[in-house]
Amino acid sequence: MTTAEWPATRTGGGGLRRLSALLWRRPFAALSALVVPPLAWFLLIYIAALAVLFVAAFWSVDPFTGEVVRDFTFQNFQDVATLPTYRHIVYRTVLIAAAVTVTDAILAFPVAYFMARIAGPRLRLVLTTLVVLPLWSSYLARVYAWRLILAHDGALNWALSLVGLPSLAIGYSNWAMWIVFSYIWLPFMIMPVFAALERVPNSYFEASQDLGGRGLRTLRKVVLPLAMPGLVAGSIFTFSLTLGDYITPVLVGGPGSDFIGNVVYANVGVANNIPFAAAYATVPLVMMALYLWLARRIGAFEVM
Amino acid sequence: MTRRFRPAGRALAALAMTAIPLNAFAAPVSANYPDQIGKGEGDLNIVAWEGYAQDDWIKPFESETGCTVHRKYAGSSDEMVALMRSGGGGEYDLVSASGDASLRLVYGGDVQPIDVDLIPEWKDFIDELKSPPHNTLNDFHYGISYEWGPNVLLWNADKIDTAPESWQAIYDEKYKGKITVPDNPIQIADAAVYLMSTKPDLGIKDPYELTQEQLSAAADLLKKQRPLIKKYWALASDEIELFKNGDAVIGAAWPYTTNALQADKVNVKDTIPKEGATGWADSWMLSAKSKHVNCAYKFMRYVSTPKVQAQQAIYFGETPANKKACDPMNAIEAGACEKYHLNAPASYFKQIHFWRTPLPQCADGSKKCTSYSDWQRAWQQVKG
Repeated sequence: MTTAEWPATRTGGGGLRRLSALLWRRPFAALSALVVPPLAWFLLIYIAALAVLFVAAFWSVDPFTGEVVRDFTFQNFQDVATLPTYRHIVYRTVLIAAAVTVTDAILAFPVAYFMARIAGPRLRLVLTTLVVLPLWSSYLARVYAWRLILAHDGALNWALSLVGLPSLAIGYSNWAMWIVFSYIWLPFMIMPVFAALERVPNSYFEASQDLGGRGLRTLRKVVLPLAMPGLVAGSIFTFSLTLGDYITPVLVGGPGSDFIGNVVYANVGVANNIPFAAAYATVPLVMMALYLWLARRIGAFEVM
Repeated sequence: MTRRFRPAGRALAALAMTAIPLNAFAAPVSANYPDQIGKGEGDLNIVAWEGYAQDDWIKPFESETGCTVHRKYAGSSDEMVALMRSGGGGEYDLVSASGDASLRLVYGGDVQPIDVDLIPEWKDFIDELKSPPHNTLNDFHYGISYEWGPNVLLWNADKIDTAPESWQAIYDEKYKGKITVPDNPIQIADAAVYLMSTKPDLGIKDPYELTQEQLSAAADLLKKQRPLIKKYWALASDEIELFKNGDAVIGAAWPYTTNALQADKVNVKDTIPKEGATGWADSWMLSAKSKHVNCAYKFMRYVSTPKVQAQQAIYFGETPANKKACDPMNAIEAGACEKYHLNAPASYFKQIHFWRTPLPQCADGSKKCTSYSDWQRAWQQVKG
């Protein structure tokens, strides 16, 4: 086999060799060959899908047959903006996403700090594993588990009755959603904050103390600013993941717990009104763009 | 063999197409009946409700006819409609559409008329389901009826002593935070059924034909109900869990839910309240672009036989269309025929307002009625 291959590469000059020579002579061709496939993928799968989504948002649906009518109309956007129900759903989604982000930041910081600065190498490994471990189990299984915990005759109320406290009725409510979202996305906040804190050199702490900074002041002036990139990265995860979720509201939400995603899902699935779904789906897109712009404005990307 | 519906039907369909103003791209498809059920094509692609194509009866069909059944389960009527339209419409041959999807498929031109003469079991169907308005248009059978059932009032008999007799119970302050109803726009029809007897001056004749004013009245009732609701259930399993864990003590349900809860030793009871109830009646419908027409006819004939109808009914907890399914039902489960009311189908049937797609055109031809997308939007406003 090897003997058969030799002459081929030699006599033909080798297609491969000629190609490599060409690419060497023309660096632009080499660059395009490298960039075009991922760029095409990005344009076709990502940008084109967004473009179709945006164009479809200006169409409407024939009420009789349920088929899409491809005539330009602003009606969908007008409905999104003027009907109070859809506005409330946007507020609810954003408020809960923000509450979840703040909760996770508050919960994640001490955990990440302990993991990064106090725990020894072995304990750190154990803790890191424990934080990431839930991500290996199904999202659905974890949400259903919370449903059983928060149910009327569930584990929470059982535990409360053991210590003689009155039972809580937080199953199937916005409180339940807040708790479940905060739990589910917590690892996505802990890991970036941990990574940021781990990189802070010990000498910074010593310098702060040498200059008379006590614990709280060191935390405020040294640790927090250096942890900021991690917190911002984590918040982008927790905020966008909550903003786009529609399964948890269905499973643990109560009456009046619909998210933007549920409305989109209902309009694609139940009502078959894809144009309206497309119009409504642009709301979280705009929201995330605003969030990223704001994060940039406060300089979060520069320290990342 | 006489073809009762063919000659007159074609002319009528042509008439219907001119009489009903439709989008130029979509109209009911005219009949193109096969002369007989020929040799099977070897494959059959179906869209069905989960539980509607169990191996218990699909395997014997496959070995009997040589048609391999490829199943695609859909979670909602709307998913069914979307699937039947996917890929230009020829991807699937049959669909087990409920009444709230069937007319959309008919008017969308997605399904074709079925020759009931090729399905002799059709003659044994209860009269109301031979040519029901949700699958038959101008004497054309766009669907062949399958199984049906009511949406019942379900309650926990341990928590509620006196059996409720009216839908008023799910609008009652007394059960605040303990009520559950389905998360489905068609739930508006349940409110309309209740309003038909409590507010006759609204003039609701048919819970699926509501004017804007009547729709608003139903939505207002449901908005008042919202603070009383524990949860709008999306899946039957949600409701089962709500009743099991004590989160809900009363609600709107399917007989399947009652059976499942009773099998789990939860002391629940159900009834069709005095106002009547909504319900579902499913039909098998044949795609307008079906590539396996013979296998599809063989399948429709097979699932119309008493034995399969009985198996399906017991498995899912519903009532067959075929009257002769009574004996095989009792053979599977003693007393099943009576339990699912197939022994007295007519009186039971009359209490049920079967799901239909709300259309902007009322039965009297006027355009005052509200469409399904109006309902969906109203429902979203109810849920908030």
